[in-house]
Amino acid sequence: MALEIMEGSIAIAQAVRRCRPQVVSAYPITPQTHIVESLAEIVANGELAADYITVESEFSALSACVGAVATGARAYSATTSQGLALMFEVCFNMAGMRLPLVMTIANRALGAPLSIWNDQQDSIALRDAGWLQLYAEDNQEAVDLHYIGYRVAEDHRVLLPTMVCFDGFILSHTYEPVDMLSQEEVDAYLPPFVPKYRLDAANPVSMGMYATPDYYLEFRYENDQAQKRALEVVREAGREFGKLFGRDYSDLVESYRMEDAETAIVAMGSICGTTKDAIDEMRAEGKKVGLVRIRCFRPFPAEDLKAALANVSRIAVLDKNISLGAGGATPRGAVALELKDALYGTSTPVLDYIIALGGRDVRIEDIKNVVAACEAGDGDRFYGLRTEVL
Amino acid sequence: MAIDKTCELFDCGHRACGGCGASLAARLFLKAAGPETIVVSSTGCMEVFSTPYPETAWKVPWIHSLFENASAVASGIEAALKVQGRKEKVVVIAGDGATFDIGVLCISGAFERGHDITYICYDNEAYMNTGIQRSGATPYDASTTTSPAGKVSMGNKRPKKDMPRILAAHGAPYVATASVAYPADFMQKVEKAINTPGPCYVQVHAPCCTGWGFDGSKTIAIGKLAIETGLWVNYEMVNGEVTKVKKVVRKPVEEYLKEQKRFRHLFKPARSTEEIAKIQAIADANAEKYGIDIKLPPKKDAGTD
Ligand SMILES: Cc1ncc(C[n+]2csc(CCOP(=O)(O)OP(=O)(O)O)c2C)c(N)n1
Ligand SMILES: [Mg+2]
Repeated sequence: MALEIMEGSIAIAQAVRRCRPQVVSAYPITPQTHIVESLAEIVANGELAADYITVESEFSALSACVGAVATGARAYSATTSQGLALMFEVCFNMAGMRLPLVMTIANRALGAPLSIWNDQQDSIALRDAGWLQLYAEDNQEAVDLHYIGYRVAEDHRVLLPTMVCFDGFILSHTYEPVDMLSQEEVDAYLPPFVPKYRLDAANPVSMGMYATPDYYLEFRYENDQAQKRALEVVREAGREFGKLFGRDYSDLVESYRMEDAETAIVAMGSICGTTKDAIDEMRAEGKKVGLVRIRCFRPFPAEDLKAALANVSRIAVLDKNISLGAGGATPRGAVALELKDALYGTSTPVLDYIIALGGRDVRIEDIKNVVAACEAGDGDRFYGLRTEVL
Repeated sequence: MAIDKTCELFDCGHRACGGCGASLAARLFLKAAGPETIVVSSTGCMEVFSTPYPETAWKVPWIHSLFENASAVASGIEAALKVQGRKEKVVVIAGDGATFDIGVLCISGAFERGHDITYICYDNEAYMNTGIQRSGATPYDASTTTSPAGKVSMGNKRPKKDMPRILAAHGAPYVATASVAYPADFMQKVEKAINTPGPCYVQVHAPCCTGWGFDGSKTIAIGKLAIETGLWVNYEMVNGEVTKVKKVVRKPVEEYLKEQKRFRHLFKPARSTEEIAKIQAIADANAEKYGIDIKLPPKKDAGTD
């Protein structure tokens, strides 16, 4: 293992290069830009034999990926926020056509008001689109999830596009030590894309047909079944990765110091790094606190979460998104909404904290405050609001 | 390369209306394109009538993604074929709504990037699939469900957008207009477009009996009248220069208009001389711009010699 200190975006570009996409189609947007600039350079230097389509919009970026994957090529894209929102229609379409892709999401808030800073509203807003969604805590994981992402997406039991989500700026622009696998190692793990169907004059098929009410429901069922199968395929691919390279990603949720935890924090992404540090400090003070980190949000690992949280007295969810208007009188984010569904029938209180939207910084003290509030039964609210709006 | 006119790659049994100009366009362009073709469709009548799952009329590889992204999907296909070293041709066939209106962003991008694709717009001059709403291709004064003629309206307020020139301005090496009423000409143009490297555009007039209001047996006759009145001009542009134009002995536009319900309000309850004159002026301007008029020798007066 050779650790290299790299900017997150550059590490992602290097990982993508090792995945050997044949078509790259993306449009620049902060904080994703360094990825696509770096890939452009990689292609320009002949280090990746891909056709790099310099599209005029994210809408075309993903549409071109639809065409490329349908033709049997491995493709890649990356975006965030407004760009992902512009892809909305194509996202549903691509999953419906069962076209596998890996697209990096450098998570960023959605306007208005305009914000280039991090939260997870963008990918969360597309949770019903049929894509797999993996969330990375640090850059090593973000890199590795690209290899795993392609392997799972292209698996014939799945055949679904995949978003690898990592927090914009917090990870994308941060230099961290990363173990970059060699090309040979990646080739050993990730076989070439073998499409189940492709556009080919030797064997004509029609893709993206029109379905009457007699058939549509079954297509949606099949789509959901593929998501369900992905639960196991992600575990498998993560386990295999661990066997080969020593970093095991077989768990869809990661439990941190949960052994005798009374209060559990549930969260996704880079906030979990800070949370782990906070937990270490709280543990040193004798507090029984742990973290359950969701790595795979789609498919949603309901059973895994139920098992991981079976013995806690209370749960604090850190939601870096909000489902505006949900939750009746109190605010609610998607992670809490889905977690409550998974835990329905248990009596463990789940308290939601809408936190860190639009790049608001979260520190160890903040996590400790959340835990204290949760212990006092004070939750289902925004965390850290400026007092003048109250 | 000769076009194999017996080649049928668009199967019968699809759900188009009897007399549908667009279905004819599909059948004809595929004769010219041949089996080594990948077709991309936009959402619209043709996609719906040709692929009611689990049936398909397409005997070549075919894909439909969305209403407005066919040219971007085609870009991705072309890129993939290139990387894979494959030789199939990529042909988009999309409606006028998909082309003139909602797909302009994607088309502009694809043409500017110079992909080797042929884009055929089957122009039935409105959004037919959703019930005959106006598009940027709807002609002046045509009554549609969103530009209805009424007490204070004469129908569509603006003339047709000049899409071929917009694409020629992108540097398209070959741009042509055609009509299903002239099948041999249309097929030749498709063949030329496919064999010209780079993004090429063919806009084919495809009369719609349901949307325009004429009997399905008159599709070809209506298409011919559009040409003969100068309201539709068949021409070719190579590298931005008009190189070939179909010339006609022009008929008054009224002969075309009065055959179609979408222009009925120009004649009933009263003849709108002023509006008909404006449409005549559009035809006259077309004739002038493209030089389509065949000048007949002056008729000799009987009895002068
Ligand atoms: C984004 C989007 N907007 C609107 C529609 C509804 N729609 C489907 S087909 C169509 C019109 C198609 O018109 P055209 O491209 O001219 O094809 P035609 O049906 O006339 O053959 C519309 C408005 C859609 N499918 N997608
Ligand atoms: Mg139309």
